[in-house]
Amino acid sequence: MTYQPQVDFGTPASNEEDMVSLTIDGRAISVAAGTSVLRAAAEQGTSIPKLCATDSVKSFGSCRLCLVEIEGRRGTPASCTTPVEPGMVVRTQTPHLAKLRKGVMELYISDHPLDCLTCGANGDCELQDQAGAVGLRDVRYAVQADHLGQAKDHSNPYFDFDPSKCIACSRCIRACDEVQGTLALTMAGRGFDSKISAGLASDNFLGSECVSCGACVQACPTATLIEKKVVEVGTPDRSVVTTCAYCGVGCTFRAELRGEQVVRMVPYKEGKANRGHSCVKGRFAWGYAQHQERILKPMIRAKISDPWREVEWDEALSYAASELKRISDTYGRLALGGITSSRCTNEETFLVQKLVRAGFGNNNVDTCARVCHSPTGYGLKTTFGTSAGTQDFDSIEACDVILIIGANPTDGHPVFASRMKRRLRAGAKLIVIDPRRTDIVRSPHIEADYHLPLRPGTNVAVLTAMAHVIVTEGLADEAFIRARCDWDEYQLWAEFVSDKRNAPETLEPVTMVPALDLRAAARLFASEPNGAIYYGLGVTEHSQGSSTVMAIANLAMATGNIGRRGVGVNPLRGQNNVQGACDMGSFPHELSGYRHISDDATRALFETDWGVSLDPEPGLRIPSMLDGAVDGVFKALYCQGEDILQSDPDTKHVSAGLAAMECVIVHDLFLNETANYAHIFLPGSTFLEKNGTFTNAERRIQPVRKVMTPLNGLEDWEVTQRLANAMGLGWTYTHPREIMDEIARLTPTFAGVSFDRLDAEGSLQWPVNDAAPNGSPIMHIDGFVRGKGKFVVTDYVPTDEKTGPRFPLLLTTGRILSHYNVGAQTRRTENVVWHVEDLLEIHPIDAEDRGVQSGDWVKLASRSGETTLRATVTDRVAPGVVYTTFHHPATQANVVTTEFSDWATNCPEYKVTAVQIMPSNGPTDWQADYETLSTRARRIEAASAL
Amino acid sequence: MSTRAKIVRMINQIADNVQNEVDPASATAEHIRLFWDPRMRALLLEDETDGLNETAARARAQLRGLFSNFAL
Repeated sequence: MTYQPQVDFGTPASNEEDMVSLTIDGRAISVAAGTSVLRAAAEQGTSIPKLCATDSVKSFGSCRLCLVEIEGRRGTPASCTTPVEPGMVVRTQTPHLAKLRKGVMELYISDHPLDCLTCGANGDCELQDQAGAVGLRDVRYAVQADHLGQAKDHSNPYFDFDPSKCIACSRCIRACDEVQGTLALTMAGRGFDSKISAGLASDNFLGSECVSCGACVQACPTATLIEKKVVEVGTPDRSVVTTCAYCGVGCTFRAELRGEQVVRMVPYKEGKANRGHSCVKGRFAWGYAQHQERILKPMIRAKISDPWREVEWDEALSYAASELKRISDTYGRLALGGITSSRCTNEETFLVQKLVRAGFGNNNVDTCARVCHSPTGYGLKTTFGTSAGTQDFDSIEACDVILIIGANPTDGHPVFASRMKRRLRAGAKLIVIDPRRTDIVRSPHIEADYHLPLRPGTNVAVLTAMAHVIVTEGLADEAFIRARCDWDEYQLWAEFVSDKRNAPETLEPVTMVPALDLRAAARLFASEPNGAIYYGLGVTEHSQGSSTVMAIANLAMATGNIGRRGVGVNPLRGQNNVQGACDMGSFPHELSGYRHISDDATRALFETDWGVSLDPEPGLRIPSMLDGAVDGVFKALYCQGEDILQSDPDTKHVSAGLAAMECVIVHDLFLNETANYAHIFLPGSTFLEKNGTFTNAERRIQPVRKVMTPLNGLEDWEVTQRLANAMGLGWTYTHPREIMDEIARLTPTFAGVSFDRLDAEGSLQWPVNDAAPNGSPIMHIDGFVRGKGKFVVTDYVPTDEKTGPRFPLLLTTGRILSHYNVGAQTRRTENVVWHVEDLLEIHPIDAEDRGVQSGDWVKLASRSGETTLRATVTDRVAPGVVYTTFHHPATQANVVTTEFSDWATNCPEYKVTAVQIMPSNGPTDWQADYETLSTRARRIEAASAL
Repeated sequence: MSTRAKIVRMINQIADNVQNEVDPASATAEHIRLFWDPRMRALLLEDETDGLNETAARARAQLRGLFSNFAL
């Protein structure tokens, strides 16, 4: 669509239900009580000049531009700070107001550089617009003192700060405070000396606590804070609303373009997941889409020791099809498999699993959710009947106590973390269960009531001990349990948790959590009206990941915290489409909508629709594919949008498996680490280059819209279709909407979903069907999907991964704000300025014991392997625990992690590895050898001159 | 670790985690029926070596009965 700025109503919408009628400029209007006069006018289409007001932050009343006249009142009140009242008669345009506004604007402009024609914001500047709106034609004031000519701050890689253009409206400060919740900005000085400052006066933006979310840039009404890309390219001339491809929050953005070039990604105010906010990744880190390392031509090679040879699509796909057929004919159909990606769309994922089931003739399809949230699927389906979280993000606004376990939302899910922090600043209580002191434990105006720094691997013990307190102290919600859950199962569970062996005091030596703190936290959680649990991979990536998810569900049911706003069990999904990839039948044991492959009726539905017979047996999980490859029975893999060599545990085993296969097809944006072992490379398209849908952590299905032509010529679903057709499947989709129609036809929870409805509604939360035609923001309101909620006894079973004299420390892994997953995208953006390498966090006591100081190279060794990286000494981790990220392939953190996994789902136990740390001089032999292999494997044959 | 050794460890792990079910051996066997692919099951069923805990051994016996008529 042609570029139009997003409508700014001046002040936030009111949440009041009562309506108020008033008259503005002779026109009657009815608005919610609590609405400002400024907003009421905007809602009826009357634009009152303004500068310090914007609808993302509370009104401030400083610019004196939005003055109005109100009958019966003296003076000219600021409309932004004046709430509507019944019968109010407002005039927004009078000669007196015009004179006042022109005078105010004249003062502003007298201290503003008049360089509009060469300013980056020319044509997209509120100050410029308002000068025009009030009819300012000259400035009478002689220049005696001004703020012009101040040094610009270019330190941030994505935006500039030019204090000479600042009008001191404080919108940036208020956005940082109210929207982002970082409070990095302040107004230094007083009066004429007032100046926006990032942190201390000595800081620049890059060196400050600013997290580059972009809220200040979006709020700025001038060019004081402006995207470097706008300065470089110019203002946009069109926009497309789409969905971010980073984390599972699923922010809605307006991609704003000039022609085919993206100028900026601006959070969309109507986005129901992000409500107009963004983080540094979604807002700014999209440059990877046009990075020089993107592969845009298909490539093939006979052996992985050969250089790649660029070929046309037809040759690549017919070669791939012939190899898959050869291997199937030679070794049998079970020698083939595929991996879908949580980074790809629902439609792409659905096609990959269909290709495997209908084309390969087996169920050997798995997804990267295997290594992150597969225990969520198992645990919540067992207890509630649905493999998904129970709430929408808006639910947090009604929450009284938030329990975060195994999640680091300010880094992993920053936009939702900002909403969480807003609720906490408003008075909600906070319990954090995490081995590390994550940022949310203590940040500006927020301090956790209880931080339980448990020993890694003891989640189940901690949650069962909390349940012990709740049951034995009579804090359980018996009325809820009797009405909504299986009472007999509850009694068995209550008896189990009440046993003295599950008392906090008994388990303290195991969990290392002080019993008094744990008791107090349990009482707090059970006693507040609305308690919500948010969790992440610190729950799932354990040998008892599924048990922990069920223990969380037990706790929610026992306290009656299910089925309404402000409560619930909320898995924070790591990647953008983890929920969707799981929904689409990516697991080897189930079809879309989580229906088991052995169910004859479900299978018959698909067999009729697809015209093939389906194998009723579960297929191979990713670890089983690799085991099978090493054992010589699994030979071919189609891997879309996933880098298993870097992301999966026990790297040496993964590489051995990949090396043993005869045909590895990698379909991705870049020559990733897995591609080192590939024979066929199919170039992928970014989220900016294709149509489809993503489903976020709140089950919200959202449109992904093509904003630019695919650089490789094809959207990913087209590549999969052409591969399927090269194998003779005869697919005829012309647009992803037709794939969604098929998903809806075959999946009861998606029955009411279509692209037309998504375009009309913006998004829909499944289930969307006859029972819930407009979707289901909150689940299990009147009853659980499975009928009665199921309490599951979750006995604590210690992991087999033990510390000892050789490996006395426990390694746990995670991620940071500026990078995403294996870093394939974010490492190819300016985000590297914040994190150029993975670091090992080690407690000062452990560091001292080993003679390690911050910045030193250290060897990190486990029974699986060893790597080297630099240390950072910090008490964020407890003694005995070390921590690192896995964003950089040079570090190869997963060389160290083991093959141990969750008992129910095989989700790897990334979070608990026994290790030793020692000073080191440089890379290990493995790292050196791998770098050699990696360089060699990425060679591309020179193109022919003809 | 060999695939067979992993399978022994995995079934033992399942058995350990369903000890509080009414019939832990049946729960273990049912879990394997639902989630393990035929090759994993075959490796488990053909394996005569020890290393299984008591529940896992009983589950394997149940699975032998269940899958005796199926080609693995």
